[in-house]
Amino acid sequence: MTAATEARRARTLFEKVWDAHVVRAETPETPAVLYVDLHLMHEVTSPQAFSMLRERGLQVRRRDRTLATTDHSTPTLPRLPDGRWPFFDAQNAAQVAQIERNARDFGVELHGLGDPQQGVVHVFGPEMGATQPGMTVVCGDSHTATHGAFGALAFGIGTSEVGHVLATQCLLQRKPRSLAIRVDGALQPGVTAKDLILAIIAQIGVGGGTGHVMEFTGPAVRALTMEGRMTLCNMAIEGGARAGMIAPDDTTFQWLAGKPRVPKGAAFDAAVARWRALPTDAGATYDREVTVDVSRLEPMVTFGTNPAQGIPVTGRIPEPGAEKDPAARATLESALRYMALTPGEPILGQRVDVVFVGSCTNGRLEDLREAAKVMRGRKVKTRTLVVAGSHAVKQAAEAEGLDRIFREAGAEWREPGCSMCLAMNGDMLEPGQYCVSTSNRNFEGRQGPGGRTLLASPATAAAAAVSGAVADPRRLVEG
Amino acid sequence: MEPIRTIESRTVVIPRENIDTDQIIPGRFLKVTDKQGLGKALFSDWRYDADGKPRPEFVLNRPEAQGCTVLVAGDNFGCGSSREHAPWALVDAGIRAVVSTRVADIFRNNALKNGLVPVVLDPASHAKLLAAPGAKVRIDISSQTVTLPDGTTASFPLDGFAKYCLLNGVDELGFLLSQEEAIAAFESKV
Ligand code: SF4
Repeated sequence: MTAATEARRARTLFEKVWDAHVVRAETPETPAVLYVDLHLMHEVTSPQAFSMLRERGLQVRRRDRTLATTDHSTPTLPRLPDGRWPFFDAQNAAQVAQIERNARDFGVELHGLGDPQQGVVHVFGPEMGATQPGMTVVCGDSHTATHGAFGALAFGIGTSEVGHVLATQCLLQRKPRSLAIRVDGALQPGVTAKDLILAIIAQIGVGGGTGHVMEFTGPAVRALTMEGRMTLCNMAIEGGARAGMIAPDDTTFQWLAGKPRVPKGAAFDAAVARWRALPTDAGATYDREVTVDVSRLEPMVTFGTNPAQGIPVTGRIPEPGAEKDPAARATLESALRYMALTPGEPILGQRVDVVFVGSCTNGRLEDLREAAKVMRGRKVKTRTLVVAGSHAVKQAAEAEGLDRIFREAGAEWREPGCSMCLAMNGDMLEPGQYCVSTSNRNFEGRQGPGGRTLLASPATAAAAAVSGAVADPRRLVEG
Repeated sequence: MEPIRTIESRTVVIPRENIDTDQIIPGRFLKVTDKQGLGKALFSDWRYDADGKPRPEFVLNRPEAQGCTVLVAGDNFGCGSSREHAPWALVDAGIRAVVSTRVADIFRNNALKNGLVPVVLDPASHAKLLAAPGAKVRIDISSQTVTLPDGTTASFPLDGFAKYCLLNGVDELGFLLSQEEAIAAFESKV
């Protein structure tokens, strides 16, 4: 295809970003060589990649396109009076020390513990203005999909690939297929982006997006804030997709304006003009399309051990007997056994032991506001951890007095990090405990061996905290 | 990486769907800064009880599983996180191929970089393997086929470049490094 016909052909947002980053086109024998604009890093998936660079005598090719933080292994309790960090164990401390050393040795910009920009990698990247429309963004982390909210092509990679990007700023990739998720209708009060993505995954299944890049379109998506869009794209991976994307618009540009790494003045206007050409052209086609109507969507909560096992908060635990496919029935039975939940019972009123508000899915300012709205003037009846996604979020929340609302309710207001999302830093459930969590994965043991996770929105999590049981947040904020 | 042409083994079957990376290797084992020895943590929460004693009923703990290099699992294997620790743990525990009807994208990429072969079969062929734990199978990379317990063969998809890398024991980085000129030319345009 000549450049002229290429320009005329109607293309999707994904195709435009992909095409603009092909260094060498794919052939049957070799995948495409795809250029990476932004490489984000954290302490868990990077050490072996730096070791590989050392073994082969390689350098970081583009330090200016590489940005690191620490989040998974970091403590969420404040620094000790003697200046040390209260790491849960020596391995956590060693992992954080390792990325500090690697960043020093290889000249990578690191915003680690103690840095005012530190935070969960997918919260901190956008806050720095590092994530911009039309970019390719990768990180050794599956929730890199989050950055697609800006109209970037953003996906998770393994540690070997982290090494490839460090050394060459490129990846070998086959072009994924495209899947449009069109969201019609308008969300009702008390229903959020988290509920929407849980409903989408319940519809398509945890493997439904495998091999695809999802683009979320439609009026309900256009109406979302950037925070909501990030929540949506964050969990595209829970539907199996490589990436989630949302076309940039004025909401995107307003959010980006003034962020540290975003161009200023005339350069910003020029960038916006370029970004406006990114949305999918009229007449462009996707490999698959799915339509969802959200007019009647209720707050969602998961009852099982994968993110597709979600129901409306007013719903009942499904009956395995009603499942015709034997494999699906076995999956459901094993989930209910692990969760110790009874088929046919309402999920409302189910006992809750711990509530976790935080993570790269729902650890942003808007999420904390939603939780605070429910907790204001009430007392929590469960252990409740509120963990801001970053220091910037924490500071902004404190400036509005949200921390006081949480503390007065009896919740723990922690330092930023991944915390109980994956329980690597010592913040974890005890075996058998039920946790309503605003994170993204309810896999067996994810929040601690034997722990039982129910995924929900910040409002639903806060409602559970003040009720000591699964509760409908709409009954607590309305009227 | 060692070249791989064929894999012959009896199978270990874990007939569960959606086996996620948190089951393959739980998060608390990701604190390491190297790759060695992760096989001990493979399927840790299924393999060991709360006191760290092996659960005798779990398939990988049974005597007949020892020495098996082919794992047959339910649909959608390896979903969840990007942790390459998952294939590192499988390979360290001696597994050379994972057979399913669907393998998650990032897991597949990670597996191939570590000489672990993701074998995606049609549901009917897969069902034959699920129904015959311990069956002898032969996976041939060149012809992209698996011999099934009933003597028939089934084929599986494999990207041409991934196949070349497996058969020749080369890793992708060498190829990427050889693209320096094209990468530099691309950078000078943007
Ligand atoms: S908050 Fe959870 S999902 Fe997000 S990066 Fe951290 S561990 Fe991963």
